[in-house]
Amino acid sequence: MPSVVSDASSLDLPAAAMVHRLRLKSVGDCGLLIEVGMRMAPQVEAQVLQLDQALAQARIPGVIETIIGYTSLLVVFDPLTTDFDELAASIEELADAPPVERRTRRRWRVPVAYGGAFGLDLDEVAHRLGISTHDLTAAHAGADYKIAMFGFLPGFAYLSGLPGHLAVPRRATPRASVFSGSIAIGGAQTAIGSIAGPCGWNVIGRTPVRTFDPERYPAAVFEPGDEIRFIPITESAFHELAERAGRGEMLAEQVA
Amino acid sequence: MIALHIIACGPATSIQDAGRYGFARIGLPSAGAMDLRALHTANALAGNRGDEAAIELAYMGLVARVEGGSVRMALAGAEAAITCDDRPERAHRSFLVHDGQTLRIGAMRNGAYAILAIAGGMAIAPALGSRALDARAAIGGWHGRALRAGDRLPLTAPAPCGPDLWSDPVSLDPQAPIRVVLGPQDDAFTERGLQTLIGRPFQLSHGVSRMAYRLDGPPIERRPGIEMISDGTLPGSIQVPPDGLPIVLMADRQTVGGYPKIATVIGTDLGKLAQRRPGDQIDFVAVGAAEAREIARQARLTPPQVHAVPEGLTGADLAASHTIAMLDPERIARVADAVVHAGDVSTWEAPAKSQQITRRSPG
Repeated sequence: MPSVVSDASSLDLPAAAMVHRLRLKSVGDCGLLIEVGMRMAPQVEAQVLQLDQALAQARIPGVIETIIGYTSLLVVFDPLTTDFDELAASIEELADAPPVERRTRRRWRVPVAYGGAFGLDLDEVAHRLGISTHDLTAAHAGADYKIAMFGFLPGFAYLSGLPGHLAVPRRATPRASVFSGSIAIGGAQTAIGSIAGPCGWNVIGRTPVRTFDPERYPAAVFEPGDEIRFIPITESAFHELAERAGRGEMLAEQVA
Repeated sequence: MIALHIIACGPATSIQDAGRYGFARIGLPSAGAMDLRALHTANALAGNRGDEAAIELAYMGLVARVEGGSVRMALAGAEAAITCDDRPERAHRSFLVHDGQTLRIGAMRNGAYAILAIAGGMAIAPALGSRALDARAAIGGWHGRALRAGDRLPLTAPAPCGPDLWSDPVSLDPQAPIRVVLGPQDDAFTERGLQTLIGRPFQLSHGVSRMAYRLDGPPIERRPGIEMISDGTLPGSIQVPPDGLPIVLMADRQTVGGYPKIATVIGTDLGKLAQRRPGDQIDFVAVGAAEAREIARQARLTPPQVHAVPEGLTGADLAASHTIAMLDPERIARVADAVVHAGDVSTWEAPAKSQQITRRSPG
């Protein structure tokens, strides 16, 4: 059973995404924040990713790493090597240039066991939304998502694309610890948890995929921009897949 | 194999280096020493590269025995009483721990963090490019965790040679204002809010960890109706949650944050902030971004200065520069001579790739 499937094609950037003027800001002594847009939107996310990729390809000396946000990109640089004004000029140029090389599109099918011990808050979320747990599960697994960014915990993936009618406020009292791989809804966002940790979001399911494993290369399965579709699985399928993941299987298969 | 056998240590004793970079995009903080200047200095004193992995002590001391050989070590940052068996040693001066001797480091007497550097470093594989412990991701350090009694750390100690080294104490600057660059979300605050941050004193609360330092003080006023979208953070980012009390993100920070960031502590002052203790006063002053980058450049070009200990001088003679000034002229001449001829003993080279031994003015 191919539990996670990735397929490759190319990502077309909407031309309209490129006309935004960027706002560049200093952050401390070694950061440059690129604000692409003021609100979350697919074309803003696409431009953040495009800039991130263009920066990686440009190999500007002294650029150490980048951190992707929903609407911004934080560039961390070495002030000994990199001149801020030159870096800012390079970024403006990269943003103005048409994307030369298209990013490989990656799509994953992620198995999720919804509800029960895997999703302690499923019943309550369905109740608060006024829908059945079946409809909640079907709607959550029926939508197309994108990895917008990582953070909070290592490998914790914030997704965009949660259907509007599934938005539900965070828990009044965060749970001190939830399972690794927890699938949760917090406000208008959904996320794939990585390692076990505290969580103020509503946990509705769990994936057996080990999304973060420092012993593996790459340590994180997903990348920003990857497309995600959740596939509901049974409890017994979860245990079988979890056992395979425990043996080091990535549970990932790339199709042409 | 030479090993360092940990007999007792505080719960937050960990292996740290200059940090892990390139993985913030998947949510990994840099981790690394809370006071990088202390790391660089301790390593320079031990004859290591400045970014070599070392043992970070937090508030509490450590008892450890060297087994299988002799090794040179040095402590920098916060100061503490040190003995090797019954022989007293001191911080900011390297010392030899002989095979079978027990090293005892007392609780920190000032500051919060001290770095124990070991000549040659430790024979521990890096995780994702660094030996720094990231406790949340359970990577780096010793088997992905803090140190505890019973651990035996394999050392790569070379045969000790050359003179011991001393340096001035790493300045903890308990009164110095902490310099910040305003932004990137300073526009989420009222003018009064900005003046509160810069003009009013804050105190370090008891909410201190390697992740973040929470401050007590006057609440910082936010503009109403500002909607914040999570974005990337740096060590030093000052977040202001709705209660108005600032939180400074530290080495083990979360890599994205959803609270507006009013300012960012500059790199050279983050270690000074890290060394403050709960209850200590913190005054922020604003510097321009260009000035902050110039300060960072100058700091990178100024490695810690270490000097050879002349034969016949004790560590107590070399406590600090003001002590040197009180020594008799003959001794001053010997110190100066030793410093000039010690060009081969400093191997501090990262990250500026420069080596520097300077002649101290006798005052």
